[in-house]
Amino acid sequence: MTTVAPSPRRLGATMRRDKWWVQPVAIVTALTLFGIYSIVRIVLSKYYAITAGGAHLQSPFFSPDLPGIFSFKEFRPWAVLVLWAPLGMRSTCYYYRKSYYRSFFLAPPSCAVAGVARRKYTGETRFPFVLNNLHRFFFYAAALVVVFLWIDTVRGFFYHGDFGIGLGNVIMLVNVVCLSGFTFGCNSWRHIIGGKMNCFDCSAVARTRHKAWQKVSILNGKHMQWAWISMFTVGLTDLYIWLVSSGAFHDPHHVF
Amino acid sequence: MSETMAAGGTRTLQIWRGDLTSGQLVDYTLETEPGMVVLDAVLEIQRSQAPDLAVRWNCKAAKCGSCSAEVNGKPRLMCKTRLDHLPADEPITVEPMRAFPIIQDLVTDVSWNYEVNKKIIPFTPREDLPEGDYLIDQADTDRMSEFRKCIECFMCQDVCHILRDQRMHNKYYGPRFMVRLASLDMHPLDGIDRIDQIADEAGIGLCNITKCCTEVCPEGIHITDNAIIPLKERVVDARHDPILKIFKRNNTRPGKKKPEASA
Repeated sequence: MTTVAPSPRRLGATMRRDKWWVQPVAIVTALTLFGIYSIVRIVLSKYYAITAGGAHLQSPFFSPDLPGIFSFKEFRPWAVLVLWAPLGMRSTCYYYRKSYYRSFFLAPPSCAVAGVARRKYTGETRFPFVLNNLHRFFFYAAALVVVFLWIDTVRGFFYHGDFGIGLGNVIMLVNVVCLSGFTFGCNSWRHIIGGKMNCFDCSAVARTRHKAWQKVSILNGKHMQWAWISMFTVGLTDLYIWLVSSGAFHDPHHVF
Repeated sequence: MSETMAAGGTRTLQIWRGDLTSGQLVDYTLETEPGMVVLDAVLEIQRSQAPDLAVRWNCKAAKCGSCSAEVNGKPRLMCKTRLDHLPADEPITVEPMRAFPIIQDLVTDVSWNYEVNKKIIPFTPREDLPEGDYLIDQADTDRMSEFRKCIECFMCQDVCHILRDQRMHNKYYGPRFMVRLASLDMHPLDGIDRIDQIADEAGIGLCNITKCCTEVCPEGIHITDNAIIPLKERVVDARHDPILKIFKRNNTRPGKKKPEASA
């Protein structure tokens, strides 16, 4: 005869025997490290473009190049003029919501594990979490940023107007593909593009939207994977550009 | 966690014995056969060691949804959980679902779910349809057929922390009924505007998308991604999207009308 099962109301109470705490710990660690790196880079606001040898490889943290486009004097941290969009999209993303509600807010920390006992649980019905309902607007803005990232990527293949290819180009291309995979697999986009319809076959437009919905659903099925991969590719792309532009090493490339 | 594919052998089950007022885990040791599932072991214990052990089961084929329990702390169908998929070097705990009142041993009172179900207006044909013209396209049935796979095991309800930990049964219908509401709200021929019920009485805003319901569903229904999130987005259309409010697009749901009780 053994002890009575613990009350489900005590934080962490569970009869699970697997290492359920590994995932929340890993997520807190990864998101915190990425957050610290991002803050350092944004505050630093240096070494964000490779321009040697006619190249123009722009870090995704600093795209579009607003000081260059609008000819204003750089101030720190000017990147926040753009970064609110992808940051807002990730903060309100349905996948990230799962991550941070579990890992940071312990509501619950894992399935069938008791979370923090709150006097009154309100979910996403009160400020600030009710703002997660505005996810679609951050998606619109983040999609626009992805357009600029594609422009940067294509521009990066031209060195003084001549086509060339280098390691930096490949890294930027992989990054923008991953960011597109994440952005356009968004649940809100899936809803807007066709999910909101109740009849997929009622008109030619409905049939087209249904096909688009099916395509977005494929991306959406791996939204978590796209979220993590694209977060790392953004950080690594920026790190590569930081190291090259600060003179740590050269970007190997060939101009045709 | 070590797992073994070695079939059979001596195993110990710790089964919850008790009722709503008190209870405890009681050890039972038995010889198991290759391929046995947890329900086999529990029924063998009932037959040979504890004839008063209460357990609910029916089909033993993972289709009736009766034998839901918490095995090693996770909601599972006992008839679908093989002993050789559980760690061999430690006892197997079998408990009733925590989200519902215990009647006796492994049997819980899930009648609350049936009361919730009664609050949902069944399929009601749109009034603008020609009499008897109830044809819908395969593309529409494809989306809804996933929801029809639900066997009402209520494990999604059990693992949902809003019901399990927060005990907000009076404010949240739970994932199973979000699935039912989704199947009705997405039906091309349904004539009821269910948004108010989804947002208010069903309490979809309480769901914080932690996806445990999806993880435990024995039918593999993507409860969160295909039912709850689409319903949340429909509520955003109706209540939170300022652009749709400006153009008054949120008030137009063709063919649907508010239910009489809340109109």
